[in-house]
Amino acid sequence: MDAILLQILNGLDKGSAYALIALGLTLIFGTLGVVNFAHGALFMIGAFCAVTVQRILNISFETVDPTQTDFLGNALIVKTPYLEAWFGPETGGSIIDWAVPLAILFAIPVMVFVGFAMERGLIKHFYKRPHADQILVTFGLAIVLQEMIKFFYGANPIQTPAPEMLSGIVNVGAIIGMDIVYPVWRIVYFFFSLLVIGGIFSFLQFTTFGMVVRAGMADRETVGLLGINIDKRFTIMFGIAAAVAGLAGVMYTPINSPNYHMGMDFLVLSFVVVVVGGMGSLPGAVLAGFLLGILESFASMNEIKSLIPGIDQIIIYLVAIIILLVRPRGLMGRKGVMEE
Amino acid sequence: MSNSKFTRRGMLKTGAIAGAGVALPTIFTASSVAAYTNEPTGGSVTLGFNVPQTGPYADEGADELRAYQLAVEHLNGEGDGGMMNTFSSKELQGNGILGKKVEFVTGDTQTKSDAARASAKSMIEKDGAVMISGGSSSGVAIAVQGLCQEAGVIFMAGLTHSNDTTGKDKKANGFRHFFNAYMSAAALAPVLKNLYGTDRNAYHLTADYTWGWTQEESIAAATEAMGWNTVNKVRTPLASTDFSSYIAPVLNSGADVLILNHYGGNMVNSLTNAVQFGLKDKMVNGKNFEIVVPLYSRLMAKGAGANVKGILGSTNWHWSLQDDATKAFVKSFGTKYGFPPSQAAHTVYCQTLLYADAAQRAGTFNPCGIGEALEGFEFDGLGNGKTLYRAGDHQCFKDVLVVKGKENPTSEFDLLEVVEVTPAGQVTYPIDHPMFAGGALGTCNAG
Repeated sequence: MDAILLQILNGLDKGSAYALIALGLTLIFGTLGVVNFAHGALFMIGAFCAVTVQRILNISFETVDPTQTDFLGNALIVKTPYLEAWFGPETGGSIIDWAVPLAILFAIPVMVFVGFAMERGLIKHFYKRPHADQILVTFGLAIVLQEMIKFFYGANPIQTPAPEMLSGIVNVGAIIGMDIVYPVWRIVYFFFSLLVIGGIFSFLQFTTFGMVVRAGMADRETVGLLGINIDKRFTIMFGIAAAVAGLAGVMYTPINSPNYHMGMDFLVLSFVVVVVGGMGSLPGAVLAGFLLGILESFASMNEIKSLIPGIDQIIIYLVAIIILLVRPRGLMGRKGVMEE
Repeated sequence: MSNSKFTRRGMLKTGAIAGAGVALPTIFTASSVAAYTNEPTGGSVTLGFNVPQTGPYADEGADELRAYQLAVEHLNGEGDGGMMNTFSSKELQGNGILGKKVEFVTGDTQTKSDAARASAKSMIEKDGAVMISGGSSSGVAIAVQGLCQEAGVIFMAGLTHSNDTTGKDKKANGFRHFFNAYMSAAALAPVLKNLYGTDRNAYHLTADYTWGWTQEESIAAATEAMGWNTVNKVRTPLASTDFSSYIAPVLNSGADVLILNHYGGNMVNSLTNAVQFGLKDKMVNGKNFEIVVPLYSRLMAKGAGANVKGILGSTNWHWSLQDDATKAFVKSFGTKYGFPPSQAAHTVYCQTLLYADAAQRAGTFNPCGIGEALEGFEFDGLGNGKTLYRAGDHQCFKDVLVVKGKENPTSEFDLLEVVEVTPAGQVTYPIDHPMFAGGALGTCNAG
């Protein structure tokens, strides 16, 4: 029982990342009709926003410590972060320790800007082109972006830990009298994703801007005929979708050390999530994200693996095939989307 | 009527004889000049360095390239000579190899077997490389080794740790300086016994490919031999990024040791996830839960940060060793590049020097001559103590380092500390050991 609850938690937590990325993908697809293969790269850039903030906070001055030697036998050069010198080791250290949450503030404007730049600079030229062209150009863009990140940050993973206060484990089973320990940060990630998803849905549901966007998603032409500049709003939505992917990346960094190809690792899975959820359906993307996350976790259980060897590697695709056979439009897909 | 004495039959005969006459010198030239593949004829000799320049192991590949460049400089008499000064063989004079200036070309393996074979093939066929070296994965090493055997050039393996490279997939043209999974297990087992006792339950998470399988087999055999129980062996897809769903079952499995048969990015993520789930501080069966990473890479360990603290593993070499050879290499590399070399850099530097020395001793670049010079060659002064290139499988036998993640690192390079230097004798195995069975060395191919 403990093991099952643990895997449900784990699935929700994996699903959080899938849902956030798939949500952004669906927003872009639903508004602009673009299949954005560079979306994984946006997730990766978000993660590297956290790395950048960590590096900025760690900018140091050097002093020579003659009592110690470096690997060449020379006097050791000790680096002390300016923050620690200015605010004292304790306060300065705490600020550095909170680099990842602080990176959220940095990532939002950066990601919105990256989103705008991508949409205005490249993707808008491909709106009227076939989906195959869009896939090729965005996939190419993803490769360019990841190679740029590799050029500046290297190929190895870079550790970006969670604040010490949030990096331990907590017994989440204590409430029901069970012993189920789970990492605090992963729980934080789950609730953070719920917050972001809730925020996006509320924005679309309860604001005039959101109403226009939803109307545009349903019937772009009519909204245009009413004299509303829907393109401008859709560009803003692209920026918001980029920010959602970026935030998912920022908060993911303490879970796994970021590297330049982490976006690609998530991209294919996220597309499967979107297809399973139903092309263009925001609730579908979220639902499918959590569902596939949970199924993937269960498939990794030894009991399941001993029954069907290798199931952990194919479960997501297997479920996608079954769902598409039974419900060709996905779980919550709308009629007419991606259909001639 | 024509007076000509030429007949159709006569013309054909004359033509055939003339044709054969014209072709004859070419046949002889071809066989006499190219006595073996890419025999160097000018004043230089070209070596091919095949390393991952893109992909997840690009940083490791970049460090290998730095070491190759340094080795080439030293062979050509530039720089401070590095380990050429400490190497027990004194054949190399700093005037290239056999008087020919050493030049090199590079290829990008991308850590993909097909790409690695293509780049090695190109270096052999287009650039005239007489030797191929490098790599950061066993899958790639085995693929390129096979290609070099067919092409008739020597392959000096880089970072490859699978037993199979010098086991069932060994080849007469291939040589490995790096240690292997069996050696890691043989070196680690006594240390694990001393520190954690004989009554332990181990849980394996294993990368699902050739290296992972041999690593798991070796460690399980060594730990079971000292009384440990293997609770479970779970294979994880190589492409995995989040290992939490594999780590979670460990919590309730009754295991008190987690063995991570993962390397590179897999190792960073699985170790990070294991620490996140509190395994390092957990008590099971009245004992502290322990995590073991059988093969450490310092470059990659950096990505796991503080999570490596106190975690045991093994390496082929470490820059903090205090022998003269290591000091000379670290000084040479550190002065040129500003940071200490990795174990990948060390092994490829050694391989380049060993190849050059063998050619010098053999007096030829013929792969069969070089192979013969390397087989059974005993040497010292390359940072691993006395070493033997065993003739029967082309594997180097030398001391193995058991290391531990350092509790209080003084710099970003100071991540591991050497716990024990396990002597070569303890990690040596018979040539017909079951873990290395199958396949044959075959005979050398000169092309």
